[in-house]
Amino acid sequence: MRKFLLAAFALGFLGAGPGVAADAPTRPLPQEKWSFDGVSGTYDRAALQRGFQVYSEVCSRCHAMHLLAYRDLQALGYNRAQIEAFAAEKEVTDGPDDKGNMFQRKALPSDRFVSPFKNEQEARDINNGALPPDLSLIIKAREGGANYVYGLMNGYVEKPADSKIPDTLYYNIQFPGNHLIAMPQPLFDDAVVYGDGTKATLSQEAHDVATFLAWAAEPKLEERHRTGVKVVIFLVILTALLYVVKRRIWDRVH
Amino acid sequence: MVDTARNGPTMAHEEDQASRRDFLVIAAAAMGVVGGAIAVWPLIDSMSPAADTLALSQTDVDLTPVALGQRLTVKWRGNPVFIDHRTPDVIKAAEAVDISVLRDPETDEARVQKPEWLILVGVCTHLGCTPLGQRPSDPRGEFGGWYCPCHGSEYDTSGRIRKGPAPLNLAIPEYKFLNNTKIRIG
Amino acid sequence: MAVPSAHMPPAQNKLVRWIDHRLPIFTFMQHELNDYPTPRNLSYWWNFGSLAGIALVIMIITGVFLAMDYTPHVDLAFDSVERIMRDVPYGWLLRYIHMNGASFFFVVTYIHIFRGLYYGSYKEPRELLWMLGVVILLLMMATAFMGYVLPWGQMSFWGAKVITNLFSAIPGVGKDVVMWLWGGFSVDNPTLNRFFSLHYLLPFILVGVVMLHLIALHQHGSNNPLGIDRKGSQDSIPFHPYYTIKDAFGVGVFLTIFACFVFFAPNFLGDPQNYVPADPVRTPPEIVPEWYFLPYYAILRSIPYKLPGVIAMVSSLLVLFILPWLDTSRVRSAHFRPIFKWVFWGLVIDVLALGWAGAHKPEGTALLIGQLATAYYFLHFLVLLPLIGWMERPLPLPTSIAAAVTAKQSARAQGAAAPMEKP
Repeated sequence: MRKFLLAAFALGFLGAGPGVAADAPTRPLPQEKWSFDGVSGTYDRAALQRGFQVYSEVCSRCHAMHLLAYRDLQALGYNRAQIEAFAAEKEVTDGPDDKGNMFQRKALPSDRFVSPFKNEQEARDINNGALPPDLSLIIKAREGGANYVYGLMNGYVEKPADSKIPDTLYYNIQFPGNHLIAMPQPLFDDAVVYGDGTKATLSQEAHDVATFLAWAAEPKLEERHRTGVKVVIFLVILTALLYVVKRRIWDRVH
Repeated sequence: MVDTARNGPTMAHEEDQASRRDFLVIAAAAMGVVGGAIAVWPLIDSMSPAADTLALSQTDVDLTPVALGQRLTVKWRGNPVFIDHRTPDVIKAAEAVDISVLRDPETDEARVQKPEWLILVGVCTHLGCTPLGQRPSDPRGEFGGWYCPCHGSEYDTSGRIRKGPAPLNLAIPEYKFLNNTKIRIG
Repeated sequence: MAVPSAHMPPAQNKLVRWIDHRLPIFTFMQHELNDYPTPRNLSYWWNFGSLAGIALVIMIITGVFLAMDYTPHVDLAFDSVERIMRDVPYGWLLRYIHMNGASFFFVVTYIHIFRGLYYGSYKEPRELLWMLGVVILLLMMATAFMGYVLPWGQMSFWGAKVITNLFSAIPGVGKDVVMWLWGGFSVDNPTLNRFFSLHYLLPFILVGVVMLHLIALHQHGSNNPLGIDRKGSQDSIPFHPYYTIKDAFGVGVFLTIFACFVFFAPNFLGDPQNYVPADPVRTPPEIVPEWYFLPYYAILRSIPYKLPGVIAMVSSLLVLFILPWLDTSRVRSAHFRPIFKWVFWGLVIDVLALGWAGAHKPEGTALLIGQLATAYYFLHFLVLLPLIGWMERPLPLPTSIAAAVTAKQSARAQGAAAPMEKP
């Protein structure tokens, strides 16, 4: 990790022109090992739970995940009581009641994740005009997927010495284009205290939250891989069989 | 080539080949059919209720706001559910009914878990209308329970059909008490 | 050598005879499958027509089931697709099959088309067969274009905006045509809703055209790698069981490769930008269509003026319609056309170059290559094909298919033969 940062810094320094951050080439994507890589990849449950903790305690202050429902957390290994507890920490608007008024109630497992903001306008207002994107699909919505998000979390390097950056933007070597992102560095060492005792370095937090976000974007990955292995094996056998039958039938002609 | 050599082993070899070919054809065809059936299953299953629908298959209801003698309507699986906080008098009267006169004989005890809480699916068993009786201003029919405006079915204080065209008592949904004041329907 | 026929005796089964007397489906199948003479020398390049048919069936079936859960409204479409992916049982499978199925449909169809180009399958008497095929291609393109809009991602919206805006190039009525297409002042809910309706409709029209395509095919039967007509029964074999089993094997290979994409790389051919909900206010950094539209996109953008660019793109497809009359050669198959053979591969490289150019911003090298490839594309069809047909001296054609096949077999046997034992 430090090597990366040094290399990135060097690249950035070499590439940066005076006063402009734009010329530094984007750092190549880190090639992290993910538990869900490959044909037989699965989601590391422990990492998912830690990643969910990072999302809940840090990211959810600004980022919604409206495509997830609290009941979906069952896939992380939580039981019903725990899920009800997670949900109950948040409030949703329901109604109208018999008097015609909307009211607040505790969220249920069947509710979607509660957004930190009422609507896009409030989100932009609080974030200097920028809209923190919904994270439900972010892994599939960005070139490089989990590697990109991991790299982004680790990409808040020292900005080039003589560059001028507006107050509302931050320098991130992984962010494409002019490397100026509206999000301040979200993760630091020990930003959270992990329930399972894992040391919460920036790398670890980035890895875990990226794993959680990968699951959030593709919750059916494991079922897809499992089914795929069976289907492809079946088809290979069937195709081989069909080939043998084809040859035998065509022997009459050849 | 010698004639005798041609007829004997060659014929047997051809028959052998033919039966091996048949076996392979049958094996391939069988695999194809099995594959086809397996492929059809996801299509059919995709029409089953989805996870978000199933998540709404249970509703938790807090009973504390329902005072003695009051009735509450909640929505469950798209239908109304009637919750009646019955007084001791109403309970006694419901238990006292001679079930042999009922079209759908059922004791009151069989229809409740705690006698003061009557939980019914508010769908008339005739043709599906929502019976009246939940609001204090609603008619309740002559048996004090519920009255269906569509065709005149009348239910008693245990939700049993007493008069009118409905064939069965109002259904009891699956429910359980999570504690004294909360039930989970479904 | 007489080939043992798979000819079925008249049906003994009473039920079959009862039905057939009233609706001759069994006689029809007997004629089209068992009796139908097919050249005996078809190569695997002839599998791709049936594969296209299979792909069409897969798309329609998955599409019908997806439509049960999809909502064609701008506020709900994106989330309805995600609901399919997450909550509907096997929804993820249906969606990924449908999404990748479109790509695979185009793969097999493009190979099928290039097979036709190489072997002269568009020549007399198969001109209408070919033209119906071009109609099928156009219907596929329209269906795929509208289908891609439905998830209402960033590429869905902006792709729709760019392509519908092309119609404004029509002189005079252009702007009105576009507003009519949109159903409003921009790509919005009316557009999405009507695209859904038409996306559901077009495949069934496509099925009708495919049937015409097959009727035209069965009039004179398939072409073959030698490009010469069947002259007698020694040149052909019954379609069943020879080509039914060969097609079945082809389907097996196709499904295996298809399954690898669907289950292990379902987003490989797609664009991440389409997982971002459509934002009419924010244009994505690069608007790129799906890979199967890239060559046409390159042609469109190779000309820096709107109307000529549109005309060039449309012409690139229209030129296919008149192909039977552009190619002046009397010889069908490239096997026997030494110059055309090379020129054909030139076209293949050209189309790949166009595809590459279409994926990049139209500036610098990419633009230059796109322009050269566009020029070459039209040069190929409008200049080279007519010229080569006149100028080329084709190789001598074999006397018959059977003669060519026998010659090949004995050549193979001579090469492999062990000396015969003398008794």
